[in-house]
Amino acid sequence: MPSEPFERVSGVIAALPSANIDTDVIMPKTFLKGIDRSGLEKGLFHDLRFDEQGALRQDFVLNQAPWNTSAFLVTGANFGCGSSREHAVWGLRQFGIRAIIARSFAGIFFDNCARNGLLAIEAEEETVRQLTECGERGDKITIDLAAQTLETVRGVAGFGIGERRKYMLLKGLDAVGMTLQWRTEIETFQSRYLGARAWLA
Amino acid sequence: MAAYRTLYDKLVDSHTVRALDAGGGEVLLYVDRTVLNEYTSPQAFTGLRDAGRAVFRPQSALGVIDHVNSTRPERIALPRVQADDLQMSYFVSNCKEFGIELFDLYHRQQGIEHVVMPELGLALPGLVIAAGDSHTTTYGAFGALGFGIGTSDIEHFLATQTLVYRRLRNMEIAVAGHLPPGVTAKDLIMAVIRRIGADGAQGHAVEFTGPAIRTLSIEGRMTICNMAVECGARGALIAPDDKTFAYLEGKPRAPKGHALIAALEAWRMLRTDDGAVFDARIEISAGDIEPMVTWGTSPDQAAPISEAVPDPALETSPARRRDAERALGYMGLSPGTRLTDIRIDHAFIGSCTNARLEDLRGAARIVKGRRAAAGVSAIVVPGSREVRRLAEAEGLDRIFREAGFEWREPGCSMCLAMNDDIIPPGERCASSTNRNFEGRQGAGSRTHLMSPAMVAAAAVSGHLCDVRTLEVSDAV
Repeated sequence: MPSEPFERVSGVIAALPSANIDTDVIMPKTFLKGIDRSGLEKGLFHDLRFDEQGALRQDFVLNQAPWNTSAFLVTGANFGCGSSREHAVWGLRQFGIRAIIARSFAGIFFDNCARNGLLAIEAEEETVRQLTECGERGDKITIDLAAQTLETVRGVAGFGIGERRKYMLLKGLDAVGMTLQWRTEIETFQSRYLGARAWLA
Repeated sequence: MAAYRTLYDKLVDSHTVRALDAGGGEVLLYVDRTVLNEYTSPQAFTGLRDAGRAVFRPQSALGVIDHVNSTRPERIALPRVQADDLQMSYFVSNCKEFGIELFDLYHRQQGIEHVVMPELGLALPGLVIAAGDSHTTTYGAFGALGFGIGTSDIEHFLATQTLVYRRLRNMEIAVAGHLPPGVTAKDLIMAVIRRIGADGAQGHAVEFTGPAIRTLSIEGRMTICNMAVECGARGALIAPDDKTFAYLEGKPRAPKGHALIAALEAWRMLRTDDGAVFDARIEISAGDIEPMVTWGTSPDQAAPISEAVPDPALETSPARRRDAERALGYMGLSPGTRLTDIRIDHAFIGSCTNARLEDLRGAARIVKGRRAAAGVSAIVVPGSREVRRLAEAEGLDRIFREAGFEWREPGCSMCLAMNDDIIPPGERCASSTNRNFEGRQGAGSRTHLMSPAMVAAAAVSGHLCDVRTLEVSDAV
């Protein structure tokens, strides 16, 4: 399904300085019982954001101003590891998160981001450190996807992204629609492939 | 195309419909099969329906109910339980509408997706299998490229039979020597994850090689590949061999007769060429591995059972120290505590990692003639109804029941606690599963990962326990 195009976005960045933040923590299982994508902003980091009585935990960064309106997250290595649940990405988007800058991402999560208009940027240790400082000060940052730049009060840095991912994010395109333009090619491949493997027929 | 290719390279090359960038790093990948479950598929089917799209090749998908269903024996006697559940009923209607075969709770071969596919003979060497579950890496045990995908990619696969795929780097994990007695495939993969870290294989497809891997049964190899995702691998391969072919022969959906002869000829080519170069290589000595348990909240926070809870203060990396401190706080453990002194409240034998017949045999061997310790609730959830039947034919159910364990119907159950099998806050579980994340088995629950035999040992002892000490007393 098409998503909101990503062009130039500004906002505060919330720092979650841990490694291996998994999708069970990002979106606990209680919120996976539905059959649609709605209502997942409530589930985002639920057990970190809410206590047992359902009250906001004041010590969690996303519950504090100005980070309760963050457009960005900065975090450590292997963000989004664990279960393949795309609900984690839907919840982040519904909360208003447009980009995540991490030391690294788990593979399935990284792919899920691209399919939902969530920009995932892998950054060096030093960049993560500087952005964490920006986050702690409550500074605004700006990400310009077309120019591939990340602007902070300290200056402008570039970031890398695959051409196809960039194009999809900029346009908010539907990946299925794009692939189906090659339908004939896929059918030709399939008949040749299966033809050579009689045991799969 | 390089002159010498790895097994992974061969699998990607043979499934590339077209390159999507100049360097061939991103390709449109033909995917042979998927297995769908009720909780990661609903929005994919909705997407198809909303766009008016059909499923490209319905016979390449199998639907299995496994994550949210009850595992209680009375679940079939109370069919309304199934009908009442929104995800299960939506899944049933989706499979029907789009022409996909479904193993619902009434089906005699219902079970966990990654247990059912191999036992049917649907996981074959040389295939690409992508599914909406991270443990799809399991199929690497057959020399198939298996990997987990999100819901948008499920929709993409169902509509196009392909995925937009970025080629991974190649990593070899060479396991020399042989596992000592009492040490299992689960201990081996836990030792690997501890060694390289929860992100140690990120961006890589891993090929496991070496004598210790070749010696493992196919079920043991599935355990290895299943958990490779816990060190970040997006694909885990073991080259198929005679053991693989013997396992597949006679499986209900595996090729037979002339088809099998043709398949075997192709399957024997599925190996990394001599001279192919891996981007990264890890060597592990199997002889040094002990039974393993986790003490923290990430699968790499593990240690041999003979050791103590580590002291975060000795951790040199500030980030890892902070994570370890947080983990110990959550787990309610103090540095220096002997692992064997950690008492448990629950024991769980199940999951796509360790609920196959060999796993249940290994646990039953420890349980036989013993009782679950006072205060420990223990359940066994076979991976499939086929596993359950075979185990009952051997009398394993009786051994477990006589020891005070519950004998359940198949499902993912307490691995991720999406059904009613939940560990209460603050309680501690010895678990044969794959993830010890915060809240994984229930909000505030504390999980220690280990092999099924080690879970059995913990259950009868009431605390974490080196299974090898029980085997010695067995022999007396």
